[in-house]
Amino acid sequence: MPKQLLCKENLAWLGSAIVIFVVCSLLMNAGIINSYYQITLYNICINIILAVSLNLVIGICGQFSLGHAGFMCIGAYCAGIVTKMMPNFGGFMIGLLIGFVISAIVALIVSIPTLRLKGDYLAIATLGFAEIIRIVVQNMEITNGAAGLSGIPRLTTWPLLLAGVVISLIVVCNFTRSAPGRACLSIREDEIASEAMGINTTRYKVIAFVIGAILASMAGALFACNFYVINPTQFTFNRSIDILVMVVFGGMGSMTSSVIAAAAIGVLNMILQNFSDIRMIIYGLALVIIMIFKPSGLLGTREFSFKKLLNRRKEK
Amino acid sequence: MEPILQVKNLTKNFGGLCAVSNVSMKINPGELIGLIGPNGAGKTTLFNLLTGVYEPSSGLIEFDNDGKKVQLGGLKPYKITAYGIARTFQNIRLFKTMTVLENVKVAMHKNIRYGTLAAIFRLPSYYSEEQWVEEKACELLKEVGLYGKRNEQATNLPYGEQRRLEIARALAIQPKILFLDEPAAGMNPQETAQLTDLIHRIRDKYNLTIILIEHDMSLVMKICERIYVLDYGKLIADGNPEEIRNNEFVIKAYLGEEI
Ligand SMILES: Nc1ncnc2c1ncn2[C@@H]1O[C@H](COP(=O)(O)OP(=O)(O)OP(=O)(O)O)[C@@H](O)[C@H]1O
Ligand SMILES: [Mg+2]
Repeated sequence: MPKQLLCKENLAWLGSAIVIFVVCSLLMNAGIINSYYQITLYNICINIILAVSLNLVIGICGQFSLGHAGFMCIGAYCAGIVTKMMPNFGGFMIGLLIGFVISAIVALIVSIPTLRLKGDYLAIATLGFAEIIRIVVQNMEITNGAAGLSGIPRLTTWPLLLAGVVISLIVVCNFTRSAPGRACLSIREDEIASEAMGINTTRYKVIAFVIGAILASMAGALFACNFYVINPTQFTFNRSIDILVMVVFGGMGSMTSSVIAAAAIGVLNMILQNFSDIRMIIYGLALVIIMIFKPSGLLGTREFSFKKLLNRRKEK
Repeated sequence: MEPILQVKNLTKNFGGLCAVSNVSMKINPGELIGLIGPNGAGKTTLFNLLTGVYEPSSGLIEFDNDGKKVQLGGLKPYKITAYGIARTFQNIRLFKTMTVLENVKVAMHKNIRYGTLAAIFRLPSYYSEEQWVEEKACELLKEVGLYGKRNEQATNLPYGEQRRLEIARALAIQPKILFLDEPAAGMNPQETAQLTDLIHRIRDKYNLTIILIEHDMSLVMKICERIYVLDYGKLIADGNPEEIRNNEFVIKAYLGEEI
């Protein structure tokens, strides 16, 4: 293992993950986080994975995708189908892997023609593909058509969920701070200059898209094994918009803000649960207001960093 | 000596407009060439053809890749760049919200030997390569005098420094040929003098062939060994600065007289 992995910064992150894990576990055991709050907590975790992975595509690589729910759908059905046959942790892992493979293949097939498109065209094309995925699922036998799957074993546990969040954050952050990640950022900044600097822009757009799809399918798997039932109506355009709202609210390109936005919206959803119609209006309005007054999102591209924090303390 | 770059009857039409018309040039290794002409003459379009931003309507672009001739016409920009052909942009195209250092690192991409998986799993190759990239990028920034600003956002640099960063970024490609599109535009006389030194220095240090577009005639006449003149897409003259200065077609093109 490279010794650089054990730097102070990484240890601080590891420490925070452990603290969050222990504190939430204790609160759940003590019943302070009751089963009602627990649903919110689990939803937030799943949404963090979705927001972070979509942020990779939109915020880091600058490709406006509206089809994230499609990949979540693939992950959910793969995990749902396999765990119904094999209701244990092994089954979950197999379902997860199958979901990774299928979503990666579908993402490749979708991205090669669509990522040549720009802006609005790309958004519409990805939206169309996600609807195709949903309609295929709705008409297949193995997925039980429009009725969907029920009686999926509840295999999503708190440690598993937190592991999912941590893994997706590590994947996206490590990717961003590397040569392929810089290539993606440069595409977002200026595609012509990026190509002139020797970047095969199509290749890196596809890579970002595929990683995003794989992580979304992981969120789908955790989702399916948390809620017993899944059906195609859970993976419509509305779901893609929900995820998009989290990314835009927080700030495109900042993972910190995706996490915060997912958490904030999760809590808001819980509070406004009984006013679901008003809720959508509030989100719609909020989105419009943010786009007008702070298009970069609440945090812009700023990131929380232990490195900066530690350095600052050293200076003092 | 074999020319490093040979352009034969290159033409580019935009609809009815012929922006570059039947241009032929021979560039020898190590030359420092000027490309001049009035506004709208087709200079930038010629650069865009040579670097793959546009596909030629007709004509050939032949590059001597260590003794092997390759056709560049119609190749994608990143493939042309991979042969060691770098450029800067007239309307500065830096990666604005990335830092000065990151801008240079992006251009080192093709020489970095670790892939996406090594990056995600932080394999040892990631750390060793990134260390090398960091050192090399800092070295290039010292070359153009921007090392002290390496952690600033590119967009926050003053104009002249942005132009120099574009040059550092182009050098990071480890080019054989460097195209500079109006490198002195917007610079004050002092900055222009520094730029002149920089261009000479990098040509000698990295064995470059440099072709530059420039409206600042004193700069062009001072540093270019040979000059091509474009007017309405056509090559109207080439020769050393003395010849160009006295060429009647060039004088007419610049003074706007009818022949
Ligand atoms: N993409 C394009 N589509 C249509 N016309 C274009 C395009 N690019 C350039 N032109 C036209 O081609 C002609 C040459 O433009 P170009 O930018 O090459 O001139 P230039 O010599 O670089 O001028 P300047 O000194 O002002 O930079 C101009 O008439 C311009 O309007
Ligand atoms: Mg020009």
